[in-house]
Amino acid sequence: MLAFIIRRVGQSILVLLIVGLVAFSMFRFVGDPIDNMLGQERTIEDVERLRTQLGLDQPFPVQYFKFLEGAVQGNFGVSYRQGRPVAEILMERAPATLELAAVSGLLAIIAGIALGVFTAIRRNGFAAHTIMAASLVGVSLPTFLIGILLIYLFSVELGWLPSFGRGETVSIGDWWTTGFLTQSGIKALILPAITLGLYQMTLIMRLVRSEMLEVLRQDYIRFARARGLRDRVVNFRHALKNTMVPVVTVIGLQLGSIIAFAIITETVFQWPGVGLLFINAIQFVDIPVMAAYLMLISVMFVGINLIVDILYVFIDPRLRVDRKGGH
Amino acid sequence: MSDAQMTTRAKDKSRWERFRESDFFYAFKRSPIALVSFTVVCILVLSAVFAPLIAPTNPFDPASLNLMNGFTAPMEPNAFTQETFLMGTDDQGRDVFSTILYGMRISLFVGVSAVLFAMVLGIILGLIAGYFGGWAETIIMRFADVQLTFPSILVAMLIFGIAKGFTPVEYRDQMAIWVLILAIGLSDWVQFARVVRGATLVEKSKDYVAAARLIGRSPWAIMIKHILPNALSPVLVIATISLALAIIAEATLSFLGVGAPPTQPSLGTLIRIGQGFLFSGEWWILFFPACTLLALALSVNLLGDWLRDALNPRLR
Repeated sequence: MLAFIIRRVGQSILVLLIVGLVAFSMFRFVGDPIDNMLGQERTIEDVERLRTQLGLDQPFPVQYFKFLEGAVQGNFGVSYRQGRPVAEILMERAPATLELAAVSGLLAIIAGIALGVFTAIRRNGFAAHTIMAASLVGVSLPTFLIGILLIYLFSVELGWLPSFGRGETVSIGDWWTTGFLTQSGIKALILPAITLGLYQMTLIMRLVRSEMLEVLRQDYIRFARARGLRDRVVNFRHALKNTMVPVVTVIGLQLGSIIAFAIITETVFQWPGVGLLFINAIQFVDIPVMAAYLMLISVMFVGINLIVDILYVFIDPRLRVDRKGGH
Repeated sequence: MSDAQMTTRAKDKSRWERFRESDFFYAFKRSPIALVSFTVVCILVLSAVFAPLIAPTNPFDPASLNLMNGFTAPMEPNAFTQETFLMGTDDQGRDVFSTILYGMRISLFVGVSAVLFAMVLGIILGLIAGYFGGWAETIIMRFADVQLTFPSILVAMLIFGIAKGFTPVEYRDQMAIWVLILAIGLSDWVQFARVVRGATLVEKSKDYVAAARLIGRSPWAIMIKHILPNALSPVLVIATISLALAIIAEATLSFLGVGAPPTQPSLGTLIRIGQGFLFSGEWWILFFPACTLLALALSVNLLGDWLRDALNPRLR
């Protein structure tokens, strides 16, 4: 068990080191950092000073190590476009993305599991068939089209909800701003959250449904029913609980994708988060922002993968006894 | 499908006759989904290929544009020029139907090229990993695992950003299409490499490979002439499903403004442009490109699903 965790942590660190190398190479080799930071009017002394200041005169491995050292401390250099420290810009944008991702994630998990259980229990009902057919269309629709469709319905035609921005926000502490506390903030959150969560919701729903169907066929479910347990107890305590291993894995992995797909949703709704920042960074080839975003999102992805793998062992007792067994 | 068996059984028949008698063709005829989606794909692809012949106007020829025609609604005569357009016109008086046909060309070109690129790269790396094993396999497959941790759209965006950084500013718009192909292709090779590696591992231990080795064929000849043909049907399935994903990826990137430039608009770029007119009531500029994209992606997707079921003997 401990050996397994240590090995997984080691692998994760290796992956992060490789991603760090990619991010650093981007910074170092895409365009000339000096060119990007100094304007047209510059003296040779300026160039030399900046070169030493950035450590560009040192050997590659040393530079890479320095970059990692900075990255661990949250220092990603200065944005070419905005001329401010990247860490500062990211901190400013992070709350918007995290709030959006959290709400969409919750929506996807709750609605996904509920609909999955429903469609599994009433698998021949009209409602279940309708939901399944709708989910097929939902999976094929590109995220940005769903967003546009929602904007058209609820902003243009009905005029109920705002089509862009985050509404009014309230500052909490030094750097966190929240949209949860104002009415306009909550209204602005609804459409982006649905857009972002819909795909994940359909995935979770289809997975829960197929796992439930699998489990409901098992003997112990029949015995539980024969013992006279109520349907609700059988469905939720016995059946749903045993579908949780794959469901938790997928939910965990999807949380990472939610952050990544937030890029698309944020662009559609002009949501002032990290994803919009990243898209703008690509458009203007703002390498430090791109590199920092890459590092940030890899830490998140690798961390989530690691947690899911470890959780796996805790949820499924069979994996604890013998890792080399059939599983 | 076992084409090889067919060949030995019916050598005297023509290729077309053999194909018409195959299980594959029979399954195809019997599946309404396959027939419909295949027809839709054919219509869309043909109209994209022959766009210059079908399109009423060339939307990129400034001479054929009349600004007076701007914002004409579909099937309604324009107030000034009395011209009617099947799907209306955009702000510059460009016929939406024509821009869709030309846009679909770019979408399909990028999608197909990206998948071909990913396929060739994946096949080569998969063959190397499966056939030679050792450190080459470790490096390739570990790299694939790392890449698979990230959503491919994110990888594509990142590669697009890096490649954009390498192209000189004045060439960025011209090179955007190629950069897009590179980015989507590189984000998509892992699936091919995994499948080809898996198949290579199975085939490598078979007698015919040992025989080929014995008569002194070079490793590359064995890999490409002997092993690869036996791994082609899963590759074909993945290619079709990848094509749908690549078309959507291209549309997404172009929609986000990090793909095809406005001078060479793909369906995604057209949707991006159309979104700007949603609030002022010109719905058709957005609606028709979006429907075309949807029809294209959905039918390729359904075709891929059907192909997977048809070529997978385990599911029969």
